[in-house]
Amino acid sequence: MITALSSAISAPHADPVLAVRDLAKSFTLHLQGGLKLPVVSGVSFDVAAGECVALGGPSGAGKSSILKMIFGNYRIDAGSVRLADADAVVDVAQAAPREILRLRQHRMAYVSQFLRVIPRVGAREVVAEPLLAEGVPASQAIARAEALLDRLNLPERLWRLPPATFSGGEQQRVNVARGFIGSQSLLLLDEPTASLDAANRAVVIALIAEKKAQGCALVGIFHDTETREAAADRVVDVTRFSA
Amino acid sequence: MTDAPLLLAEGLTKYYGARLGCADVDLTLHAGEVLAIVGESGSGKSTLLGLLSTALDPSAGRVSYRMRDGILRDLAALSEAERRLLLRTDWGFVHQNAADGLRMAVSAGGNVGERLMAVGARNYGAIRAEAADWLGRVEIAADRMDDDPRTFSGGMRQRLQIARNLVTRPRLVFMDEPTGGLDVSVQARLLDLIRSLVATYGLAVVIVTHDLAVARLLSHRIMVMKAGRVIEHGLTDQVLDDPREPYTQLLVASVLAA
Repeated sequence: MITALSSAISAPHADPVLAVRDLAKSFTLHLQGGLKLPVVSGVSFDVAAGECVALGGPSGAGKSSILKMIFGNYRIDAGSVRLADADAVVDVAQAAPREILRLRQHRMAYVSQFLRVIPRVGAREVVAEPLLAEGVPASQAIARAEALLDRLNLPERLWRLPPATFSGGEQQRVNVARGFIGSQSLLLLDEPTASLDAANRAVVIALIAEKKAQGCALVGIFHDTETREAAADRVVDVTRFSA
Repeated sequence: MTDAPLLLAEGLTKYYGARLGCADVDLTLHAGEVLAIVGESGSGKSTLLGLLSTALDPSAGRVSYRMRDGILRDLAALSEAERRLLLRTDWGFVHQNAADGLRMAVSAGGNVGERLMAVGARNYGAIRAEAADWLGRVEIAADRMDDDPRTFSGGMRQRLQIARNLVTRPRLVFMDEPTGGLDVSVQARLLDLIRSLVATYGLAVVIVTHDLAVARLLSHRIMVMKAGRVIEHGLTDQVLDDPREPYTQLLVASVLAA
């Protein structure tokens, strides 16, 4: 056991947390006479534990679509998304719906650009939900949600309110907290700082650094250069995968 | 998480005379899983729900269910007594029209207690206490316990129907447009209640709805029906965010954003 552990640590090229190979995606718009919109093809990159990879390229290049395919939110026309799953590897492109839901609970989290609000559920409960799904006791999950919201400077008077009436920046901080609270080994970030001021951007950058230190792999889209430079170890240029 | 499905349908087909209700539907449902069946009126989704819940007899195909003893049984092979016991204990059915699922002339407490008595509960005080507890869980005030549901609003009636169904701790609940015809604010409260009860009790649910927002909020998986056939199915957010079939694209594009 000890040998296995030490060899894992010293291995120069440990298996990546995420290996994307030859991913392709196009949309067929049946309401527009079957118009076919190619998005990307041949997308290939790896992300190691403790590494943050930024997807670069102009808007419309397919960055968000790539994140959504990795998360199982968009279908994958061709290629594979191989995700480390304990001692095994699962291909998201081939995984059944139940399997994808399990991966989302335990292996990957996603911070979308916009929060999908659930009626009547308070911000703190929205944030705590992924921990509850992991089996963390409710009181602990709520305490950690509160600590994270506090760190992201969301005023305490908002914690129990449903985020429907929050400002864009407040909703984004709830979304960031929900994405970062779990212990998944892959974190996907779609412009996590787009509506945030400088102080809160700095908090997100610090949170990313902590995730990396814990061995989490991250893939992000960062529109502002400052955040990208602070958070990402390297940039994968998506324009070379244009379909 | 066990890999044995709770409910299994194979080749389910129903004709009403010459008219097709639904054709060749296969599905599996696992414990704790919520499956939404969506489609417009006449798409066959209510027929499918009727077939799954044994309210209708299939023209072809079969439905199997994993009983509490762990054995998967063909529902058509159950005796009438076994089938009725299943319906009263391990299954629930929440109708769109509460009057179809409640006894309107019986008190709210009686409506909940009746299902307990049907499975053998006899102690009046215990039944009343359990009924009161369940009315509380569906947010019906204790002082309404002895009122009959004719005096209840639409939303309260639906919540009472849910309490009546859940009191026997079913593992599988069928829901037919449970929020249909309710005001949006009442809908939101009911949806939130259903969402939390499903999570708390690990219920498996088959829910028929024409409302894609309801499907998105409650379900893990979705089946889209058109003209009696399942034309698209998969992970709910994937089907709704990346619909493949022309009809599904039309449904998704037709939703008004508030």
